[in-house]
Amino acid sequence: MIRTEEMILNVGPQHPSTHGVFRLVVKLDGEIITEATPVIGYLHRGTEKIAENLQYTQIIPYTDRMDYLSAMTNNYVICHAVETMMGIQVPERAEYLRVIAMELGRIASHLVWWGTYLLDLGATSPFIYAFREREMIINMLNELSGARLTFNYMRVGGVKWDAPDGWIEKVKDFVPYMREQLKGYHNLVTGNEIFLNRVKGIGKYTKEEAIQYSLSGVNLRCTGVKWDLRKDEPYSIYDRFEFNVPTRETGDAWARYQCRLEEIEESLKILEQACEQFPAEGDIMAKVPKIIKPPKGEAFVRIESPRGEIGCYIYSDGKKEPYRLKFRRPSFYNLQILPKLLVGENIANMIAILGAIDIVLGEVDG
Amino acid sequence: MIQDMLQSSPGLGNFVIFFILGLVLLLIVLGFVTFSILAERKVMGYIQLRHGPNQVGGRWGLLQTVADVLKLLLKEDIIPKLADRPLFILAPIIAFAPSFMVLATIPFTENFQFADLNVGLLYYVAISGMTVFGVLLGGWASNNKYSLLGGARATAQMISYEIPLVMSVLGVILLSGSLNLNEIVEAQKNGWFILLQPIGFIVFFIASVAELSRTPFDLPESESELVAGYHTEYTGFRWAFFMLAEYVYLFAMSALITVLFLGGWMAPFGFLDFIPGSVWFSIKFFFVLFVYLWLRSTFPRMRADKLMEFAWKVLLPIALGNIFLTALIKSLFF
Repeated sequence: MIRTEEMILNVGPQHPSTHGVFRLVVKLDGEIITEATPVIGYLHRGTEKIAENLQYTQIIPYTDRMDYLSAMTNNYVICHAVETMMGIQVPERAEYLRVIAMELGRIASHLVWWGTYLLDLGATSPFIYAFREREMIINMLNELSGARLTFNYMRVGGVKWDAPDGWIEKVKDFVPYMREQLKGYHNLVTGNEIFLNRVKGIGKYTKEEAIQYSLSGVNLRCTGVKWDLRKDEPYSIYDRFEFNVPTRETGDAWARYQCRLEEIEESLKILEQACEQFPAEGDIMAKVPKIIKPPKGEAFVRIESPRGEIGCYIYSDGKKEPYRLKFRRPSFYNLQILPKLLVGENIANMIAILGAIDIVLGEVDG
Repeated sequence: MIQDMLQSSPGLGNFVIFFILGLVLLLIVLGFVTFSILAERKVMGYIQLRHGPNQVGGRWGLLQTVADVLKLLLKEDIIPKLADRPLFILAPIIAFAPSFMVLATIPFTENFQFADLNVGLLYYVAISGMTVFGVLLGGWASNNKYSLLGGARATAQMISYEIPLVMSVLGVILLSGSLNLNEIVEAQKNGWFILLQPIGFIVFFIASVAELSRTPFDLPESESELVAGYHTEYTGFRWAFFMLAEYVYLFAMSALITVLFLGGWMAPFGFLDFIPGSVWFSIKFFFVLFVYLWLRSTFPRMRADKLMEFAWKVLLPIALGNIFLTALIKSLFF
């Protein structure tokens, strides 16, 4: 008589493929998962609580450390919220610099995802190719802001530093280069039979489920919902650019992969146009009081980060610190669907599904 | 030469000669392992836009592996408290010993072969199948869930892929009419078996990658899923034994493919015969080896269930069809 029993496997927080300090307690029947419980909070630093004791400009460096793969969008969302409350008109040159920086960040973030996802699937080389291109982006952002990851670049009312001489030309040169490299990525990975076997039909959910679980970004668009805040609720100067919102219908990991790679192309389009339209001169800071005191009231803004909708809610009682600050962190919301997706899958798929969601633990834990 | 001695009466003189020859082979193999690890890191490095080792032992990093082995020797030998101690100690040895035993039958050149067995190929397959016990025991004895999963995966994979491996090579046996590796090489005088047995070669090569559990079939130790698979709990030299076994098998498998399909020590054309056989053998051998390294740096990993499907539903029928086809051709045209 063979007696079988379920095994509880503790994946993480130290595990090569949980992308940081994510922990997953899975109940296994052989290699098949019968139950999965995510455990988060290992990286919780209480950003929102700390922010209640900080002036608005001081909060910006904390946002860098939330989604550390695309810190520019985080910078933007807090500045945008305060600007909305105070009704500040940001100078055009600053808006262009912001958009260029954010789109570069989006490409860099998707590149990291592409590399690490394939690393999860066992391919070692794509990781290094992706990081070669990302390194160029990071060097450019470094020239712009003086930091490689935690930029602390944007300020309420504009940006901290103007673009150095020849920087816009560098971005311009980067666009065709990156397009060329993308072709190489597709040649190396996209058609690979083993890769397709690993991602097609994996981690599937429907349009309705995606909306019920309040997924956003690529995780929503892979089911066919055409929802991109850059198009649907244009903020900054995104209404001036021509670009598409890539969607797929199938809602599996393969759809998410295609969407992300296509988004890189669309970001390149935006970069190209932004560099073209870049104003030759102008201010980079609006007239903003030394001490920023938004009027009494509240505001919620949301923008499209590489991972989805990142939102910032501020309740101000007229002081120089916010009374309450809340970030809608997309990774946290996107992660909610994971336990549902994992049931009935095996361990290899567990990694493929988790990777395809594209979480950043700094953002999940806040 | 060696064959004569094998048949001579036993004596101290013979023993000493055999001992020395064995030692020579051991040193050759260990030297190979040292440099194949370096080669792997260099090839992967260049494919991945890196330099690979370039600090220890000159600009080529020639002594990098030696330094690594020294480090492994000096490391603390940890045996988990809840591990099955005797099995835990035994497992690396079981995994490692057969890897050297299989080398005995491989004819490196016309004269340099240790045991000219009549069933050389069968011997290779049978002995190499023993390694799976070491892997399974290692995974079980570690008392670690990742190791257990890795060990179970390894067992399922190695047993499944042994069948297409043997089946694909039956075509070669049919054509050469022998299980003796020497005679198989001789039979390739008029054309290598890679040309006469292209299907068999492809099936054999894929199955061999799985047998060696290298990317894209590196599931037993798939790093991103099972941390390190069956050797998660092994440290220091016990771990090195698993790795050594893996690389010696890589050596043996590359040599076997050279012998079975690429004409062993023979020159590709008659007029190139003046170049010694050992050179030809090395060239072919290193090419096969390079392909293995190349695969590793370009492919993602298969999924466990698809892997089994692939072995039983794709490779095995193809291999069986190949046997049928070969038998048909042989009885009609030869």
